[in-house]
Amino acid sequence: MAKSSITEPSVETTLQLPPVAAEPEAGAEAGAEPEQRIRRRAVSLDGVCALLGSAAAALGLTWVVYERILPTTGALGFWLTVFLVFLAFYAGVTALVWGRRAVADRMAGALMFAVGMLIVFVVADQIAYTGYEGHSALGHLTFFTQDSLNATGLTHLDQGGILNALVGSLEQMGIATAIAVPLGILAALFLVEIGGPMARPVRSLVEAMTSLPEIIAGLFIFALFILTFGLRQSGFAAALALTIMMIPFVARSSEVMLRLVPGTLREASYALGASQWRTVLGVVLPTARSGLTTAVVLGMARAIGETAPVLLTSGYTDYVNANPFSGWQTSLPLYIYETVREPADVQRVRAFGAAVVLITLVLVLFAIARLLGGRRPGELSRRQRRRADRERLAYRRTILGLPSYAGRSAADHHSGRRAADPEGGDQ
Amino acid sequence: MADTTPTEAFGLPLLPGAPDPGDPSAPGSEEGLQDDVRRVIVARLSGADRAFRALLRSGGIAVFVITGMIGLFLVIRAWSAYRKAGWSFFSTGTWLVGENHFGIASILPNGILIALIALVIAVPCAIVTALFISEYAPALIERKLIAVIDLMAAIPSIVYALWGVFFFQPRALGFARWLADHVGPVFPPFRIVGHEMVIVFSSSPFVAGLVVSLMVIPIIASLCREVFSQAPQGEREAAYALGASRWAMIRAVVLPYGRGGTIGAVMLGFGRAMGETIAVSLIISPVWTFNWHVLQTGGMSIPALIALRYTESTPQMLSALMAAGLVLFAFTLAVNSAAGVIITRTRSGAQTAD
Repeated sequence: MAKSSITEPSVETTLQLPPVAAEPEAGAEAGAEPEQRIRRRAVSLDGVCALLGSAAAALGLTWVVYERILPTTGALGFWLTVFLVFLAFYAGVTALVWGRRAVADRMAGALMFAVGMLIVFVVADQIAYTGYEGHSALGHLTFFTQDSLNATGLTHLDQGGILNALVGSLEQMGIATAIAVPLGILAALFLVEIGGPMARPVRSLVEAMTSLPEIIAGLFIFALFILTFGLRQSGFAAALALTIMMIPFVARSSEVMLRLVPGTLREASYALGASQWRTVLGVVLPTARSGLTTAVVLGMARAIGETAPVLLTSGYTDYVNANPFSGWQTSLPLYIYETVREPADVQRVRAFGAAVVLITLVLVLFAIARLLGGRRPGELSRRQRRRADRERLAYRRTILGLPSYAGRSAADHHSGRRAADPEGGDQ
Repeated sequence: MADTTPTEAFGLPLLPGAPDPGDPSAPGSEEGLQDDVRRVIVARLSGADRAFRALLRSGGIAVFVITGMIGLFLVIRAWSAYRKAGWSFFSTGTWLVGENHFGIASILPNGILIALIALVIAVPCAIVTALFISEYAPALIERKLIAVIDLMAAIPSIVYALWGVFFFQPRALGFARWLADHVGPVFPPFRIVGHEMVIVFSSSPFVAGLVVSLMVIPIIASLCREVFSQAPQGEREAAYALGASRWAMIRAVVLPYGRGGTIGAVMLGFGRAMGETIAVSLIISPVWTFNWHVLQTGGMSIPALIALRYTESTPQMLSALMAAGLVLFAFTLAVNSAAGVIITRTRSGAQTAD
């Protein structure tokens, strides 16, 4: 193992290479022997040892120097130093054995892993911190069964709750979904099924609208409904503002899913004499159902958390108002925004409690999206796959009359697909 | 041509300008050729189909109509403010509507500053995360990480704001002070003007930009990941076959392939950062001059202005806010559309778009 031009240290083979001079003979001989399979491994002993050794060394050295010798403190600085020292050790250890390019490869890998983990940590920290700050509000059942009339800075946590905000949030999300989903899917179907010269500007516009500032949606509905039509702020106006935010999101993600529907399925439908609308309703949409559901549910999760569109359009009230068409209606993000700006500590706890409820709603929607769908068009669930295999097997048995052969090939097929699709297991 | 398959024999003469493969004077082939015209296959649409296509078209047009109406109504409502303020709307820094002395000269640059700080932090993080997910992570972790990024995009902005104000800001003050002490003398934007107290470092564009960056990361990361994962397998294998390590392959194949998509994603992220409302309005403390000392307290952005001032109910003030909103709308729409054009023009984008 000389310091050599092997530039991918993470891939090792177990193949015993014969001496170069004896190549033709050895090659001929090897042909007679049973072939030895080359094992590509992503993890090598050298790599693992270098990683663990550098990590241990970095931790030890940093602890001694940072905590004991230098007058430095602070958890953030400590872990930052540990990481930098680790990178230095890791680079050094790698350079002892491998070349410069391998050092660059491993540095890039370590850096990317660290940033990826940092992202996960930040997300986990946000959820955990919100839960930690808000958990004392959630202990009282009244938090979910009363409106926020008594929830002032002077009352204890067992008085007053967020029922008004919960009702408002769910209603507004429901109305927004009911309007935005048909429109969004229509726009996506237009992009995929009709296309033409109009499709490109529409697609660019949908893309641009996806990151439309939230406050603009609120401002638009404010200008249209309240200033022009002279209506008052209401839950319905807020739902319309949420619709504006939701349409491009649903359109874009549905388009991605519809585009994955194989063209052969459409052509088969046309060849059977189906018209376009029958093809879309009977073939395209059912094929993409799983992905479309995911798009819709993720759009709902996005809509329920929007604050800025609601801020201008819904008004704020402490009472429960179940009628979205008249009177002001509070939603969860708006409740949090208004409450957290009050100086009392107890209001802060309530705001965090409401934030926990909001995050929980988002997480539940998220889990639903994962459970219901997430499969690409044509990608079968485990149960569907097993059924398809069974049917194919039965078909071959009856047609060919070769039960043993048919059985083996179907089993091979099945296991092969399982191996090629390792993430199929966790759905 | 002895062993032409039936399809070839059928297919060639049907092409309109194709040279005749056989002898033109051969019997049989000539009259067949002269009569053959290229057939255009037209399926006549049934009435139901025509109605259906009209319905789909209306869905596409609805997107145009909504965008147009947003612009139209903002213009209508903002008109009186523009007429009143004239060109000074773009050159005045303060927001005193009653005295007819208002404009976006300090608000817009302050907002752009926050967005730029967010991008400086978010872009490297997002690209590295996208690379990690698409190139380095094993399949099992890959799927989980994609879910985490999706979740990060779905976490409500108000939660980011709470986290930023109560958890992050107190912990960032020490770091901000360290930056001001050690980097400030070399790098003017990190300097602190006036007395150095801990309170000086809170509610700064730096803190706001950092929180906004967390909201931008998932947008850029998921777009970049889509682009990176489409880098052609053949070129990756070619790079490996030439002896590239994984990092070398990424630099030679994946990054050049995804450059256009990455630029587009960064611009979309900029649009999103410009429009972030709640976090900025909760964190920042308003100032009416352009504060380019990013570590020092004070900043502003157009969405934060609207969120903080919308309760002022005189029609004139509302009109002024509409005028500011229109500027923001036009600005972000221009940036985002340019991003869309860049994405569709480049190689990676052209394959995804059509």
